[in-house]
Amino acid sequence: MQSTSHSFKQNAHHALNDATLQRALGNIKTGFQEKRRQVIEALPEFESLRDAGRDIKNHTLANLDFYLERFEENVVANGGVVHWCRTPAEARETILAICRRRNAKTVTKGKSMVAEEIGLNQFLEANAIEPIETDLGEYIIQLRNEPPSHIIAPAIHVTREQIADDFRRHHTELDPNRRLEEPRDFTDEARAQLRDRYFQADVGITGANFLIAETGSTVIVTNEGNGDMTQLLGKAHVVVASLEKVVPTLDDAATILRLLARSATGQEMSVYTTFSTGPRRAEDLDGPEEFHVVLLDNGRSAMLGTEFQDMLRCIRCAACMNHCPVYAAVGGHAYGWVYPGPMGAVLTPSLIGIEEAGHLPNASTFCGRCESVCPMRIPLPKMMRHYRTREFERGLAPPKAKAGLKLWAFLATRPALYRLLTGAAARVLGALGRRAGRFKSLPLAGGWTGVRDMPAPEGKTFHALWAERRAAR
Amino acid sequence: MSSARDQILGSIRKSLGRDALGGEAAAALRQGLATPTRNLIPDRTAGLDDSGLVRQLVMKLGEAACSVDEVASLDEVPGRIAAWLQRENLPARLVQAPALQDGLDWSKTPTLEVKTGTSDGSEDTSVTPVFAAISETGTLMLQSDAVTPTGLNFLPENHIAVVRRSQVVGPLEDAWARLRSARAGAEGVGHTMPRTVNLITGPSRTGDIEQKIQMGAHGPRRLHVIVVDG
Repeated sequence: MQSTSHSFKQNAHHALNDATLQRALGNIKTGFQEKRRQVIEALPEFESLRDAGRDIKNHTLANLDFYLERFEENVVANGGVVHWCRTPAEARETILAICRRRNAKTVTKGKSMVAEEIGLNQFLEANAIEPIETDLGEYIIQLRNEPPSHIIAPAIHVTREQIADDFRRHHTELDPNRRLEEPRDFTDEARAQLRDRYFQADVGITGANFLIAETGSTVIVTNEGNGDMTQLLGKAHVVVASLEKVVPTLDDAATILRLLARSATGQEMSVYTTFSTGPRRAEDLDGPEEFHVVLLDNGRSAMLGTEFQDMLRCIRCAACMNHCPVYAAVGGHAYGWVYPGPMGAVLTPSLIGIEEAGHLPNASTFCGRCESVCPMRIPLPKMMRHYRTREFERGLAPPKAKAGLKLWAFLATRPALYRLLTGAAARVLGALGRRAGRFKSLPLAGGWTGVRDMPAPEGKTFHALWAERRAAR
Repeated sequence: MSSARDQILGSIRKSLGRDALGGEAAAALRQGLATPTRNLIPDRTAGLDDSGLVRQLVMKLGEAACSVDEVASLDEVPGRIAAWLQRENLPARLVQAPALQDGLDWSKTPTLEVKTGTSDGSEDTSVTPVFAAISETGTLMLQSDAVTPTGLNFLPENHIAVVRRSQVVGPLEDAWARLRSARAGAEGVGHTMPRTVNLITGPSRTGDIEQKIQMGAHGPRRLHVIVVDG
């Protein structure tokens, strides 16, 4: 997928002025946040499970080569194939080769963020193969020719009025005056539209939430059942997964499953958690004839052993973006690439480079809610700070910010001068603002006062008050 | 030129600052995979006896939007299914898993049209057994094999699952233990797992239209569970 992360500021500006988007984003608080809170209150062990989940992933990452080799061994022993791919291009070519060999005209797709990461749909279309998204949200944004704006609710930015227009425009064989108002109407229409496509598909492509080393299984977690129909009815099942999805055993998956659905949608379990191991067996009555796992690195192996290794624990639940004030204000498209919100602000520069995505780690108020809700205890704000440091060290920060920081550093390392200047500023501002108690505008602080008032200082600096109170004790 | 596989594994080892694991370290990890240990398991189902587990299961199935019927024996199942179809205003025909062919006697429900096999997508209702029922979360575990095809779990609009009391377990880990022991000693293709293991918690749903939950997105709109005592 082509990135527009470098234009984050313009993207965010457009998003803030998009009334339809703002209305759609309003659903997050009552939906995801409240449901998560309730389901976690009902499980006293939740905090301890977070520790257990973190430990499983840390152990796996420390032995990632070993577990990936065992995973491959077991896929092969069960009649499947693992394709190791270093880059998105290698993954695309691998999938195309499988489709070509099967003479595929259409492929059905379950929801996969890694498929977005490698730009699979555009590539298949360019090669005369029609990809059909089957997750309702993904289906909607495919009709709209848009990327997902959320990793578990890809069409969260779209209102039902917009979807009604899209359905009428694309489903031209249906009565143009049919009712498209209630969520039920849309669900039924999409269900009917997609039914035959599952049966016609030559290849079914899904992502994976986990890869199990113990058994060579791939795992998808869904609520609709579309991923299951995709992999059951396609003649070949292709799983696209990044390599950090592996966990050692079924028991380890059980532990992380207790965290995943609760953190994502506020369910104890998603409706369908499906473990797929190899192609259909000789005695089976249904199932795919081939089973392929396309295992993507795309820079992840290089994150190991760095300050960004912890990001590889991510299980893509979206709790961080569901609780992020920045995401809630601008939505997912503003982030400009596949992964939005706090997890995207760390993962995107790791995968496509700080030059392209340097704005993202800066799109944070450092309120810390993302880390406080992350089921895998990923220190997201800390990693964003690492990126800010790198950005500065490599001279990528904007000139004004660089000059400002230099000036601040000069003062901060000269305490006497710092106190003199801040003391004077506090006295002057305190005197000027005494009557109103606040400033509607201030020189050099237009960015602040443009959207809110600056409270007037009371006349003394924190340093001065601290010294006074200590002396009084 | 080394393969992509070697390069990826090499890159992982370089980042981790070590060579491929060998000797005792690898042996210990292999042992961990051969004899998996359990992590922390919530207390929710600890100490429940058989009937306690069934009560917990029934409660959780309800929370997951399943309808539940409890019967004393397998003999009652066909009659209860016929009554349920009538009550829900559904057509009097269904497709059953071959695994149920010998267990369910449909002779007393002659108005029901019953076929046996997998689904071709045209049936309204399927009837399947389960491999286990996890009372911790109200989750059914179903596996694919010659007599329990996966299509029955997804294609019909209504799915009826028959759970035997002996199949009810506490946490998911207990169901894994049963699955492993059922395949102990197996070799070759399928030695670790069936092609498909489905964990199913309630009927299909979506929240993709403005986060309003709708049942029956692509899979079944209704999941009806019959718990058979004994």
